[in-house]
Amino acid sequence: MSNESDNQGRNRPLTAEEFETALKSMDSRYILRLYVAGMTPRSQRAIENIKNIFETSYKGSYDLEVIDIYQHPELAKDAQILAVPMLIKQLPLPIRRLIGDMSDEDRVLVGLGIKQLE
Amino acid sequence: MDQAAGAPAPSGDTEFALAKVPSGIHGLDEITAGGLPKGRPTLVVGKAGSGKTLFAMQFLVSGATQYNEPGVFVSFEETAEDLVKNVHSLGFDLPRLIAQEKLAIDYVRIEKSEIEETGEYNLDGLFIRLAYAIDSIGAKRVALDTIEVLFSGLSNEGIIRAELRRLLSWLKEKGVTAVVTGESGQGENLTRHGLEEYVSDAVIFLDHRVTNQISTRRLRIVKYRGSTHGTNEYPFLITGNEGIVIMPVTTLSLDHEALEDRVSTGIERLDAMLDGRGYFRGSSVLISGAPGTGKTSFAAAFADSVCRRGERCLYFAFEESQGQIVRNMRSIGIDLQPWIDAGNLVIRSSRPTAYGLETHLATMLRDVQVLRPDAVVIDPISSLISVSSEADAKAMLVRFVDYLKVNHITGLFTDLTQAEGTSEQTKIEISSLMDTWILLKFIESGGERNRGLYVLKSRGMAHSNQIREVIVTGEGIDLADVYLGPGGVLTGSARYIREMEEEAELRNREDELRVRQIEADRKRKVLEARIAALQAECRGVQTEFDRFSWELDRKKQVRSEERGHLARMREADRTAGDSRKEHGGER
Repeated sequence: MSNESDNQGRNRPLTAEEFETALKSMDSRYILRLYVAGMTPRSQRAIENIKNIFETSYKGSYDLEVIDIYQHPELAKDAQILAVPMLIKQLPLPIRRLIGDMSDEDRVLVGLGIKQLE
Repeated sequence: MDQAAGAPAPSGDTEFALAKVPSGIHGLDEITAGGLPKGRPTLVVGKAGSGKTLFAMQFLVSGATQYNEPGVFVSFEETAEDLVKNVHSLGFDLPRLIAQEKLAIDYVRIEKSEIEETGEYNLDGLFIRLAYAIDSIGAKRVALDTIEVLFSGLSNEGIIRAELRRLLSWLKEKGVTAVVTGESGQGENLTRHGLEEYVSDAVIFLDHRVTNQISTRRLRIVKYRGSTHGTNEYPFLITGNEGIVIMPVTTLSLDHEALEDRVSTGIERLDAMLDGRGYFRGSSVLISGAPGTGKTSFAAAFADSVCRRGERCLYFAFEESQGQIVRNMRSIGIDLQPWIDAGNLVIRSSRPTAYGLETHLATMLRDVQVLRPDAVVIDPISSLISVSSEADAKAMLVRFVDYLKVNHITGLFTDLTQAEGTSEQTKIEISSLMDTWILLKFIESGGERNRGLYVLKSRGMAHSNQIREVIVTGEGIDLADVYLGPGGVLTGSARYIREMEEEAELRNREDELRVRQIEADRKRKVLEARIAALQAECRGVQTEFDRFSWELDRKKQVRSEERGHLARMREADRTAGDSRKEHGGER
């Protein structure tokens, strides 16, 4: 839950430079954006679940940005938000989209590319 | 004034009649008596390529341009760029409407392979996007095309169904008139995913059938809650400048004005057969006949006469190219080239199989609307039928013929009938639409085929019931009388021989007359001679009588003289003088 005020940079794609530095600096650092429609229990559950996954099940460094599309409806179109909550994994590539309250941990890990499908 | 403007709505709005908004789809408002239900969703169902997207887009574009109702187009299949490109050819300038904030397009991309479902979710994202788009331009109309993609993009059908129900009731709450498109389904379901369960106010079905490799489009109103509507299948066209155009045949009324004005058929003798004055202006004429009976020649003669009067003729040719028609007609003495050069004659040639019937008719209607001709020729109308089913063709032709009549355009249609069999039957029974029906028929006799012409009907005039023989020469078309012979009518050489015979007979009679004249002259002269002789004789008798009578008189005179002399002699005895005389006399 960082830099909520940085509205400008949210939806623009990463520049090549940023991409390179990000690639060097992290290797395993996840850059995540979570789009929710209001702070509903389901939205909060989604946030909790992601935190749990990264901090207990899978210990890795991550950056999570939460965006409320009720507050910023203009962002929903460009980000192609349809179902909420929607988690978009910006990095590492490839970009993946996860929808739901993130309660199915296996599926979240598969969706993030951390775990392979069995 | 302000109070009046703010007063309660007039009584019309308080009635129970369902409020409707014009659909902007040509002809649909006639069928639905006003358009789509206002503030409610309408489901438009059809297979891929049936025109659903166009229907939805036309609904929004017309709302934006004509009815001051901005619209939001939510596309689940095509990107905004693709949509702009696809409808550009139909004359819809979406970028301009978007810039004017009369239209918003939102492309919702769903890619199943990119999405992992990790628990409960809803479609608030879609609601928020839609609400944002509606509010940003004050939209009154919404199109969802096609929302069924949700079923293939997301796996939790239970959630989708619940959200669809919520979405449509939310749209009603918003008071926007919506068009929701859906793929037609198999079996009992109207749509593949049962969308009709959520959109129950009005359902329109678009059909796109391909028969004999040629497609025909049809529209049917399956359901329209709370409103009367036409229940037929209506053929519709997708035209280059008007989008979807429905031809609502059954809404036609027969109230066009009938003109007394006449136009020549281009053939003098045929004019004579039709009351002496030709066709009625604005009437429809059918010329049917087997191959080679001269239908095109009749059409060309008519076109020529139209141009000769300084009027304009539009000629649709489905069998020959313009060059071919001009060349062929020149061989029978009809030169169309000057009329083409002068712009009086426009020939549109196309292969009947180039498009489906609806495209042909749409193109033709547009040509007629643009060129505003005084007469239209379709040669042959039967070619159009070959690209469609008979019922369609008839429905379309009724519409076309009616359009011509209403606009006082004389229509001449040729119709190819089978060489054999009943030729008094047009292939699609369009004769009832026609005011004048001329049949060209081969008459076979004496080892020849000759062309016979019959006027089967001609409404509103005393037309000839005679059969004529069509004679096509280098100077044009002429009609000749036919003769009744023992084996029926005589045509061709038989007619010629008969004509020769009649001529010979006539000559014989003339000779005889001349002989009789001579004989009469002679007799008259004889009689005159006799009269002269008798008169001479008569004169002789008179002369004789006259002479006799003169002689008699003379004798009488002589006698009286003699008697006088004698008396004088007797008196001489008494007087000297007298006696001397008497004496001397006796000596």
